[in-house]
Amino acid sequence: MTDRVDFDDSDDVVAVPLRHPGRWIAAVAILLVLAALIHSLWTNTNIIHSSITEFLFDPRIIKGVGLTIFITVVSMVIATILAIVLAVMRMSANPVLRAVSFGYIWFFRGTPLLVQIVFWGYLGLLYSQIAAGIPFTSIQFFAIDTNTLIPALVGGVIALSLNEAAYAAEIVRAGLLSIDHGQREAAYSLGMGPGYTLRRIVLPQAMKVIIPPMGNETISMLKNTSLLAVVAVAELYTAATQISAQNLRQVELLIVASAWYLFMTTVLSIPQYYLERRFGRGTARELPLTPFQQLKAAIARGRGRSNSRREVAQLQKGSLS
Amino acid sequence: MTQPSQNMVEARSVRKWFGSNEVLKSISLEVPRGQVLCLLGPSGSGKSTFLRCINHLETIDGGRISVDGELIGYTQRGDKLHEMKPKEIARQRRGIGMVFQRFNLFPHLTALDNIVEAPQGVSGVPKAQARERAVALLERVGLADRVDAYPAQLSGGQQQRVAIARALAMEPKLMLFDEPTSALDPELVGDVLDVMRDLAASGMTMIVVTHEIGFSREVADRMVFMDGGVVVESGKPADVLDNPQHERTQLFLESVL
Ligand SMILES: Nc1ncnc2c1ncn2[C@@H]1O[C@H](COP(=O)(O)OP(=O)(O)OP(=O)(O)O)[C@@H](O)[C@H]1O
Ligand SMILES: [Mg+2]
Repeated sequence: MTDRVDFDDSDDVVAVPLRHPGRWIAAVAILLVLAALIHSLWTNTNIIHSSITEFLFDPRIIKGVGLTIFITVVSMVIATILAIVLAVMRMSANPVLRAVSFGYIWFFRGTPLLVQIVFWGYLGLLYSQIAAGIPFTSIQFFAIDTNTLIPALVGGVIALSLNEAAYAAEIVRAGLLSIDHGQREAAYSLGMGPGYTLRRIVLPQAMKVIIPPMGNETISMLKNTSLLAVVAVAELYTAATQISAQNLRQVELLIVASAWYLFMTTVLSIPQYYLERRFGRGTARELPLTPFQQLKAAIARGRGRSNSRREVAQLQKGSLS
Repeated sequence: MTQPSQNMVEARSVRKWFGSNEVLKSISLEVPRGQVLCLLGPSGSGKSTFLRCINHLETIDGGRISVDGELIGYTQRGDKLHEMKPKEIARQRRGIGMVFQRFNLFPHLTALDNIVEAPQGVSGVPKAQARERAVALLERVGLADRVDAYPAQLSGGQQQRVAIARALAMEPKLMLFDEPTSALDPELVGDVLDVMRDLAASGMTMIVVTHEIGFSREVADRMVFMDGGVVVESGKPADVLDNPQHERTQLFLESVL
């Protein structure tokens, strides 16, 4: 009789969740520091705030943003395709292909990106003409002036793509390695060839592993486009520094550029989220809801909750009293 | 040239090494058209390896295997065997269905798309026709209501039945089963065996590696007991099971039954 729980009493017991006073102290401290920082920037007489708002939507800045997005997208697409080729070569049975892929990755990961960009910029000095012909003979199909064929923008995109491909190749390879060998065997046993198996069976599954780090790489790429300033491509950072060279508002324009970079990286995480969902199909028993669906569900729940709470309470009271 | 022989599968002195480990030591056997052969043997005896040699998932180091009168994986020129190009090997595999112990369904595709993928993608069957046939196959394996389910949403037994339907969609002349029920909970084994029983009754030529003694006794036309990479004993299931001639067979059967 002694260990029988008394229901009438337990009905009034309130569960108190564990308190975390440390969290509150930390949050207040961080907010204070942030507020002080913003205050010091805001009241700093050396920063002319009107020029931030003035240049945030300056046509040159907007053009720079457009070019930055363009370079990022084009370079990422080229790099991804090249990375798949490199990863497949690296895993091939052919030792020549393996060696080429290994050498490529070794070289492009081992030298600084900045150096590679400058190298492509200076290609015109190294080779005044680029010609297609048969090596070590005088046979030539055509020859073009290097600076015509590879203007700064193209050189910049080449440099960024080739460099990124080396990193992305390892990400793709990790993705391909993550797929159980049984998948390939099942595909082969159905009469699929190696290329078809890669395209239709292995890569779509590997995407789940490939996409999150590739999202990171895209954000890196977005910011690395600013390195093209050294070859005078008018992307966002170059545009900002060119303006500040005239009006000497360096800090203001860096703030403008940073705001745009932050905005773009934020926007980039949206397609990543949906890509992950798309390639995650079939792995979980049910797909998680999109933020939009979650919002709708939360609203629906919010409407329902007050009712159901009261109902539950009433039910309990009714059955126990 | 080769007469279309009455044998669907002919293996002659098949040898296979993994490094210095001789896994198949001159295996010879044949499977007549429309018959079911059950392969039995202790773990590591080379059953899976032999099965995988038949559709050239493993290369062989000696001997020859032919399916439906056609040499598998190699072309003979003079007295030499030359390994085929991947494309030709893929073509040969289309005629040979295989079912794996761990199902190996494609997790990113629904049950229907798992079945449709190969006929539509590699055999060029028009989409509508491929889907229609896939639905019919799902019906045949008792899964008409799970057309749109992903593999992760299916039980092991259901997955294995989809895998069988997937192999059948290529309209193979030979089916290979590698312990199709040994990864399943006991209560799910029956459904898969039922499907295989129907398939055998429909006249499909099958080679089945299995430890389901009851099933093989009932369905197999012939039973082969392998150990250490050699065929130790073969014959009618009743003879091999009830009256084994070799001590190794007796020992193995005692441990399984
Ligand atoms: N890819 C491989 N590389 C090296 N050795 C292998 C490989 N595959 C199999 N073997 C070896 O070959 C031998 C036969 O293996 P196999 O898988 O054919 O046996 P099995 O009869 O199917 O056994 P089980 O009943 O356990 O499935 C084993 O000794 C195994 O270790
Ligand atoms: Mg095995």
